[in-house]
Amino acid sequence: MGKVVLQLGDDISTDIIYPGRFMATVLPTETPQHAFADHPEFNQRLRAGEIQSGSIILAGHNFGCGSSREQAASCLKGYGLVVVARSFARIFLQNAVNLGLSVVICPTVEASEGDELEISATAVVNRSSGQSYPVTPLPPAQQAIIDAGGLIPYARAKLVERRAAAR
Amino acid sequence: MGFTLVEKILGRATGQRDVRAGDVVEPRVSMAMSHENAALVLNQFQEIFTGTGLEPRVWDRERIAIIFDHRVPAESSKTATNQKKVREFVAAQGITRFHDIRGDEGGICHQILPENGYVRPAWVVVGTDSHTTSHGALGAFSFGIGATEMAAVWALGRALNVTVPGTIKVVVEGELRPGVAPKDLILHLIGRLTAQGANFKVIEFHGETIRRMSTSGRLTLCNMTVEAGATSGIVPPDEETLRYLREEAGVSEIPEDTLLSPDADAHYQEELAVDASTLEPQVACPHSVDNVKPVSAVAGTRVHQIVIGSCTNGRLDDLEAAAAILRGRKVAAGTRMLVFPASFRVYMAALERGYVGDLLRAGAVVMNPGCGPCLGVHQGALGDGEVALATTNRNFKGRMGNPKSEVYLCSPAVAAASALTGAITDPREVN
Repeated sequence: MGKVVLQLGDDISTDIIYPGRFMATVLPTETPQHAFADHPEFNQRLRAGEIQSGSIILAGHNFGCGSSREQAASCLKGYGLVVVARSFARIFLQNAVNLGLSVVICPTVEASEGDELEISATAVVNRSSGQSYPVTPLPPAQQAIIDAGGLIPYARAKLVERRAAAR
Repeated sequence: MGFTLVEKILGRATGQRDVRAGDVVEPRVSMAMSHENAALVLNQFQEIFTGTGLEPRVWDRERIAIIFDHRVPAESSKTATNQKKVREFVAAQGITRFHDIRGDEGGICHQILPENGYVRPAWVVVGTDSHTTSHGALGAFSFGIGATEMAAVWALGRALNVTVPGTIKVVVEGELRPGVAPKDLILHLIGRLTAQGANFKVIEFHGETIRRMSTSGRLTLCNMTVEAGATSGIVPPDEETLRYLREEAGVSEIPEDTLLSPDADAHYQEELAVDASTLEPQVACPHSVDNVKPVSAVAGTRVHQIVIGSCTNGRLDDLEAAAAILRGRKVAAGTRMLVFPASFRVYMAALERGYVGDLLRAGAVVMNPGCGPCLGVHQGALGDGEVALATTNRNFKGRMGNPKSEVYLCSPAVAAASALTGAITDPREVN
């Protein structure tokens, strides 16, 4: 169960999630400070620790469009946020999967800021309205990376396997 | 049933005969490009090797290209330190295709790749930049990835778990009218498709207009396909592709079997027709790239800063179009004009042909090649309430560094004509 702490519309770009002027900051340990920097109020609440891990950003279609900057995924992951969106842009979705940021594709979801959502593999249930919305499972290609614990362990296993086979 | 161009390329790169949209594949990568964010890639790359007992070595030092372009010369000590780390990594690994901050070889990654022959037809190209879609202009399957994904490519030489994209076929017929450019064509198409209309798909370009178009124009088209959400854009290689590779990219060997075409009975998820002869110059209005209007609808909008350049429209023909309009004239008082060529090779050619002089005498500031102003990270920031008109590729809120400003996108001709008047202007009205 998590609370919707930020509600956004369609086509939220990575320039909004993580403005370009902070791109010289790259390490996942340092990027969270600039999450939603141009939404100063929300950024302030994140930095002040007022937002619990597991809280939800609710968005419309095409969340994370634009730049491939991985900071847009790592900065949200740093706060343990969950993104529930009607759909995601390709590179952002892949970056989220690779880094282990929780993302949920829910094409019909309806909720407002403050609502409590219960998320399972098959549905998002809005506890505040009582409505349930089906979840679109991630493609198997992405689920395999999540099951491995992210792309780094996934790639590490492949690397070891291939070097062993080459020996 | 036949194959689309991308299905054929991925078939070659995996050694599988029957690769179809929706399949999951691990294609061999022919070129892996990064810019300053190589600083993050190398961090993740070292992580992959942690605990394996293996020495961190890139899979192929000749298939990695690293180009500094986002903040050049460095705007802060932080950037300079990142660049230093990358330089040390490049030296330690012996990476051969490295373009440092230099007037003889530097530039924007999406120009450096084609002009140096780092992209070939039928190749799989990945880049840690969303505009890596550009290189489909040369018949490659070329797409943007994140830094961690690139780290896996550096380690393994393959792109992991790629879902083969479906394809939208776009057929463009008819001649672009004078004053109308490839940029207008792609803006029009993005307006029709919307910012998410091509999500997870490839846009394959066909038709007489494309066949007659230069590689520079094709690069502009493919560059911006990502603004409709596309995984990539692609143009089947033809005579023009061969001409570009031989004459402009110095490539002598182009194997016949890399000049692939899609099959006539390939399956397309969507087909679109565009009549180029009816287009007028287009403008993408704040704050989304799909908010596209004909120039007549926004003509007269006051503009404080004109920007001509970037990976989208910073090539020689773009500067030529701008110089032709501004030669012997002046940028309007109260309007600043910034020009940043796509590479130093382009800069030099524009210098030799007199375009740089034309632009300077008109009042433009000609800057070094780089990405800085386009994404608001280095020079050319906007003041509160100011309006920019740019030949770049994105106009998201805050894109040029100030969420209290507005950005409109257009072709080099519209930008140059508007520089003369200080307001958005149809270039056909100033000649």
